[in-house]
Amino acid sequence: MTTLTTQTSGTARVNGHDVITEPAAVRRSMGLTGQAATVDELLTGRENLRLIGSLYGLSSSYIASASRDLLERFSLSDAGNRVVKTYSGGMRRRLDLAVSLIATPPVLFLDEPTTGLDPRSRVELWDVLRELVRDGTTLLLTTQYLDEADQLADRIVVIDHGRVIAEGTPLELKDRSGKAALVVTVSRADDLAVAERMMRDQVDGVHVDAAARQLTAPAEGLRDVTRIASIFADSRIELDDLGLKRPSLDDVFLHLTGHRAEETTDPAPDEELAR
Amino acid sequence: MTDIDSTRGVADGRVARPEIRDTGMLRQSLTIARRNLIHIKRMPEMLLDVTIQPVMFVLLFAFVFGGSIAVQGSPAGYREWLMGGIMAQTVAFASFIVAVGLTADIDKGIVDRLRSLPINSSAVLVGRSLSSLLHTSIGIFIMSLTGLLVGWRIRGSFLDAVLAYTLLLMWGFAMIWVGILVGSALRSVEAVNGLMFAVMFPITFVANTFAPSAAMPAGLRVIAEWNPLSSLVQAVRELWGNDVPAGPDAALPLQHPVLSTMIWMCAITAMIAPLAIRAFRRRTQD
Repeated sequence: MTTLTTQTSGTARVNGHDVITEPAAVRRSMGLTGQAATVDELLTGRENLRLIGSLYGLSSSYIASASRDLLERFSLSDAGNRVVKTYSGGMRRRLDLAVSLIATPPVLFLDEPTTGLDPRSRVELWDVLRELVRDGTTLLLTTQYLDEADQLADRIVVIDHGRVIAEGTPLELKDRSGKAALVVTVSRADDLAVAERMMRDQVDGVHVDAAARQLTAPAEGLRDVTRIASIFADSRIELDDLGLKRPSLDDVFLHLTGHRAEETTDPAPDEELAR
Repeated sequence: MTDIDSTRGVADGRVARPEIRDTGMLRQSLTIARRNLIHIKRMPEMLLDVTIQPVMFVLLFAFVFGGSIAVQGSPAGYREWLMGGIMAQTVAFASFIVAVGLTADIDKGIVDRLRSLPINSSAVLVGRSLSSLLHTSIGIFIMSLTGLLVGWRIRGSFLDAVLAYTLLLMWGFAMIWVGILVGSALRSVEAVNGLMFAVMFPITFVANTFAPSAAMPAGLRVIAEWNPLSSLVQAVRELWGNDVPAGPDAALPLQHPVLSTMIWMCAITAMIAPLAIRAFRRRTQD
């Protein structure tokens, strides 16, 4: 879809332009940030911005002011005149993204933008991405981290071995893989049998995990939780934990494919189409 | 792939988007060349291959072998005769510079990044060629200065001297295609270095670059004199007045060195350029 490789089948349009017949128009309307930070190590941050900006055909006065804004926005103002070789991994990622934004493309492709980032840089990057989307940029990002898709995406396409196996909002996908589960953990293993009997009186489909001292059952909602909580409160059984567990996207992926997300299968490109 | 249409998410224009102008291939190439030149500025050791190395060659050959290699045609002896050979060797190594730079860029994803921009995709190669030519020119300039220091002089006319330098640069241009081919075909900078050393050294030595071919054993002499590089060396030597024209027993190309140099250059470019472009396309599209 980024016009760099030829497609095997199907068609794709970016910002209304066909990627096969109008590659130039597609390139004009997109920004691309690859998996590894592809900024030039021997150039300074500002020179990287200028290189890509002038290749987009932007005027040099525009590039100068846009560079200043972008460096500011990505907290790189102080580092703007330093050679990229001296940057940390997180700074490179941010510069990489800044470079992709120099022409304010309406469509932005990001390939696993937070791979290898520490948790703080990751959350910071997420904030920037949300801001972009709020300002009207369409973002298409691929990720291995399903919680990232959950956090950012309006619409998710799950791809397994090159095939689309599911598509929808995070909530829709989660609904498909079943309901939330009620999880009860008893404090003493001796109480497990009694607790199981008490739960079976209330709900169907109780599953026992003796090793974890856990009882699991499908739940409709919070009402089930309060009902079960009250019967345990009346008994003398001590609980470590009681709660409603909503399915994570990991569960969804597992449910859809029958296997976990693997490094090699490039499993869950997720698509965010936002306004 | 299934059909995916991103128009559904198209921005509503809340953000001002700058005008994207079509700048044309030349400006794009110059921009990329300028980026490569900044590399040289940041890492001047990249110039070692066209500075210290050939200067060392000039000094080594001039003083270590100079006494034991007899040349007839040169007014100032071996040192002056040597210069044409070393210059030609340096421009032959121009292919090295292109190959290493291109492989590094492909490896780091820079080429893909550039190709994702609204530019003419040849600009990546043309920009690389321009900066390599300048890189080589710096080498030729520094070697000319070194040559003047060890006693080399231009004894021909001004126009002949200019023609000699032009031939050297044009040769460097033909070598760029070889560099693009090698740089696209091999996967790492180390492999490029290995192959280029293994191939370029014999090619630049089995020629009239450092020793007169007339004194070589018969079979080797034929190979050396038909070596395209020998025509270039003979041409610049004659144009600078550092050697007399090749004798009647020399191979045909050396009898007409300027003409044969031009024919060799066209032949190399015509043969290698399509292969190089194909290799580059294939490398960057899979």
